Amino acid sequence: MSAHENSQPLKFIPASEFKQRTSEAVSDELLRKSFRGAMDFLMAKRATQFPDPVALEAQRGLAEHIRKYSLAHLPDLLEQLERNLTANGIQVHWAENAEQANAIIVGIAQKHSAKLMVKGKSMVSEETELNHAMEAVGIEALESDMGEYIVQLDGEKPSHIIMPAIHKTKQQIAKLFAEKVPGASYTESVDELIGIGRAVLREKFMTAEIGLSGVNFAVAETGTLCLVENEGNGRMCTTVPKVHVAITGIEKIVEKLEHVPPLFGLLTRSATGQAVTTYFNMISRPRQPGEKDGPQEVHLVLLDNGRTQAYNDEQMRSTLQCIRCGACMNHCPVYTRVGGHAYGTTYPGPIGEIISPHMMGLAATHALPTASSLCGACSEVCPVKIPIPDLLIRLRGEASHDARPGHAPLVGQGAAKSALMDIVWAGWAALYTRPALYRAFGWLATRFRFLTPPMQSGWTYSRTPLKPAARSLRDLLAERKRK
Amino acid sequence: MTSTARNNILQRLRSAPQGKPPLAPDVHGFYATARNAAPAEDRAARIERFCEKMAFWRGEVVRVTHSNWAESLRALCVAKNVNSLLYGAQTAQAAALEAAGINGLKPYDRPVDDWKPELFRDTDAGFTSTRGGITETGTLILWPDEKEPRLMSLVPPIHFALLDASQLYDNFFDAMTGQGWSGDEASAGISKMPTNALLISGPSKTADIQVTLAYGAHGPKELVILLVVNEEEL
Amino acid sequence: MQRDTPSGQRPKDVYFFATCLVDLFCPEAGMDAITLIEREGVTVHFPENQTCCGQPAYTSGYADEARAVALAQMRLFENDWPVVVPSGSCAGMMRHHYPKLFAEDPILKAKAEALAERVFELSEFLLNVLKVQWKDSGKPATVTLHTSCAARREMGTHVHARALLAQLPGVNVVTQSHEAECCGFGGTFSLKHPSISSAMAGDKADALKETGAEAFISADCGCMLNINHTLQKRGDAFQGKHLATFLCERLAAKGEKA
Ligand code: SF4
Repeated sequence: MSAHENSQPLKFIPASEFKQRTSEAVSDELLRKSFRGAMDFLMAKRATQFPDPVALEAQRGLAEHIRKYSLAHLPDLLEQLERNLTANGIQVHWAENAEQANAIIVGIAQKHSAKLMVKGKSMVSEETELNHAMEAVGIEALESDMGEYIVQLDGEKPSHIIMPAIHKTKQQIAKLFAEKVPGASYTESVDELIGIGRAVLREKFMTAEIGLSGVNFAVAETGTLCLVENEGNGRMCTTVPKVHVAITGIEKIVEKLEHVPPLFGLLTRSATGQAVTTYFNMISRPRQPGEKDGPQEVHLVLLDNGRTQAYNDEQMRSTLQCIRCGACMNHCPVYTRVGGHAYGTTYPGPIGEIISPHMMGLAATHALPTASSLCGACSEVCPVKIPIPDLLIRLRGEASHDARPGHAPLVGQGAAKSALMDIVWAGWAALYTRPALYRAFGWLATRFRFLTPPMQSGWTYSRTPLKPAARSLRDLLAERKRK
Repeated sequence: MTSTARNNILQRLRSAPQGKPPLAPDVHGFYATARNAAPAEDRAARIERFCEKMAFWRGEVVRVTHSNWAESLRALCVAKNVNSLLYGAQTAQAAALEAAGINGLKPYDRPVDDWKPELFRDTDAGFTSTRGGITETGTLILWPDEKEPRLMSLVPPIHFALLDASQLYDNFFDAMTGQGWSGDEASAGISKMPTNALLISGPSKTADIQVTLAYGAHGPKELVILLVVNEEEL
Repeated sequence: MQRDTPSGQRPKDVYFFATCLVDLFCPEAGMDAITLIEREGVTVHFPENQTCCGQPAYTSGYADEARAVALAQMRLFENDWPVVVPSGSCAGMMRHHYPKLFAEDPILKAKAEALAERVFELSEFLLNVLKVQWKDSGKPATVTLHTSCAARREMGTHVHARALLAQLPGVNVVTQSHEAECCGFGGTFSLKHPSISSAMAGDKADALKETGAEAFISADCGCMLNINHTLQKRGDAFQGKHLATFLCERLAAKGEKA
């Protein structure tokens, strides 16, 4: 937890201010327009990949099964992975929280007297705020994914897990490059902008002592780390520097290599509507004798950071099925309106609403699960069929109640507990379980509808007040009977 | 620290409630069903589909034969103004490459650490073999090794790849099972996975700026596949 | 998703579960729904003691309170007649969430599952169980259809409602942009996050209006109130109508009694 408190980078606002930020975000016309446009584009692209709903259901069923099976055997698979990676010459580290993970990586970097670490895309390293930990000991941590590079240059955080700079227009990026990249002049040509980034980063790949990457799938039976990418920066980071450090959550594991193709196929199609990414990079060893490139050392850091809490409950465990495709946010009407930054968490959108409470505690995040109309667009597209709305409801319950007997409390359990709400819902239940009382209430509400308050908390924000009808349905039916 | 962390994590996972664990997923069955449902494809159709998919990723496919591929490569190098072509001098293709009279042939014969600046700044193209291709997605399979190091297909702005049309698999699953990647019973389940295995589908690209596609993000700007076919399939 | 009654028989009697919103805010729609069923020769029973399906507490994380209210409803449907609900989200609650709510009590769970099997959303019931065949008697009209998210994703109402409207040659149904997108109601969501909810409701109202339709049709009272009151606040005369009401008008069945 404290890692989040100590190292707040620029513009990274705590989740407790969620409501305020979201209201600001929805009134930002430009932001809303760019998110709407980008999400429409991604949704349309995904749809073209799944023309046959029956086939899609079969694929999702298999993917869900693979993920559930992997999680059911998670401790065994982690040990098997560790054994096989170690046998292959890859060093395995375990971290319970962000600080431990960062300390391990800082330690490796210092052992090699590293000055520069180039980073491939890794949301887990965002989660641990690794860049700040590295900078605190004087080691530069440079993002090399184009989107990540752009947001880092502007002192921001990613606003989307797959498309980190989706909130920025090319004009904003043009201005940013002209200001911050030595020698770059203003250009709105996307090809030229990418060319500028390419030139800067190629020099960095050459000089960095350490490359960092995430992991999309870790295969236990072969001891293989799989990475999915389009740009090639991931391959650079994992091949050019003499040390490669991969970091991943403990859940990203599958038992067999043959479990990878179904997941990989759904990941890229769900994420960006691509049948495949440019690169699928499978790493099983450091450089072997006689080999001329590749890192001499490869490390894997396995991070818990709240995942075991989700694992500890059979319903919430399904959160860990996630393969981080981002489809849930692309299809989320709330995310589309407020953008990624408003959430104030590493993972925005629906997946962020169900995973962040385990990572950051409910005290900081209890507003997130309420920020959903439970429309179900997320779970409809989720390639591993995570029942996101059910989990949101569950977390709402955990935030507003003490732990149920026999259940371990979550971090921040009951943080949104409110005596007033308890009374409101108790009163509601009393009314709706007592038909006579309910009928009396209905009778009064319809007869005294002129007393309906003109201001009804959030409702009248953009709507006229609700007023009961002059006669309830049961009154109308009774009247009809009399006639 | 890490061993305490390890024990704590594993202990937490092991003490979590476990319902009935699901049966092992039947991935083989899934692909078998898909295979049976799809109309059988002959070699010509398979080649056609591979070319079409690869073109979608902006991979340039050039049909060649066993006897003329090196000459085709030479002509391509001239057309693309390639003045230095990285190759593996110990590979099965080396002799043909050397005999073709390609301008600026450069063997990758030293550890990268000794010549990074030259590799990054002064190498126009790299040539590699492949272990096969995937028709479903228009994908190349590469297993770089000491003879053909990993960066050959990544750092130079143009990547030429030689692919035998008889090595086309329907999908990724068929390729990995067909080539026995995860080992078989004979090898006592010992993995045959190399240091690095790669799937490559087109030149490097990004859509990170306003979802606008741009090629040559960090890796090659061009991918050229020399697809080895029979004389009559040219 | 084509369901019939568990017995596969055309029922003579049905229960009508009006839902709390219809009872208090859209009673006309409830009456019209009853008319549509009765004119097919089916007797409609309205259990006097019904209140609410329990969804508001359930989705707010107050499972105990939701359970208490759900249990009170479950007791109302003694005979094994179908239970028809003129709201996709309440039907979805009873069909998909009651069994989850009672997951830890085998007896109640079995009861909830048995009930779930005979819960039908109105348009689904008219189409698949009663297999209505209608004659349109209205003037040519252009409408657009908004289906609530639960109705769409849990009950398939977008398909059923469309199929019913397709029986009416005078009715031209146009599709709004982002058709499958939520209107932003979400029960307590609209109260907890008014700015996000309003942004969604506003966009939905725009999209519906941009179709040029003369009205929008919805089978869900919650969405209808949300969108209608948003339009009213803007001073816009464009409004939504409950599907049952619209159908009754087209069939000239309004107030008709079997
Ligand atoms: S929750 Fe599902 S849809 Fe969302 S990122 Fe994870 S896998 Fe993708």
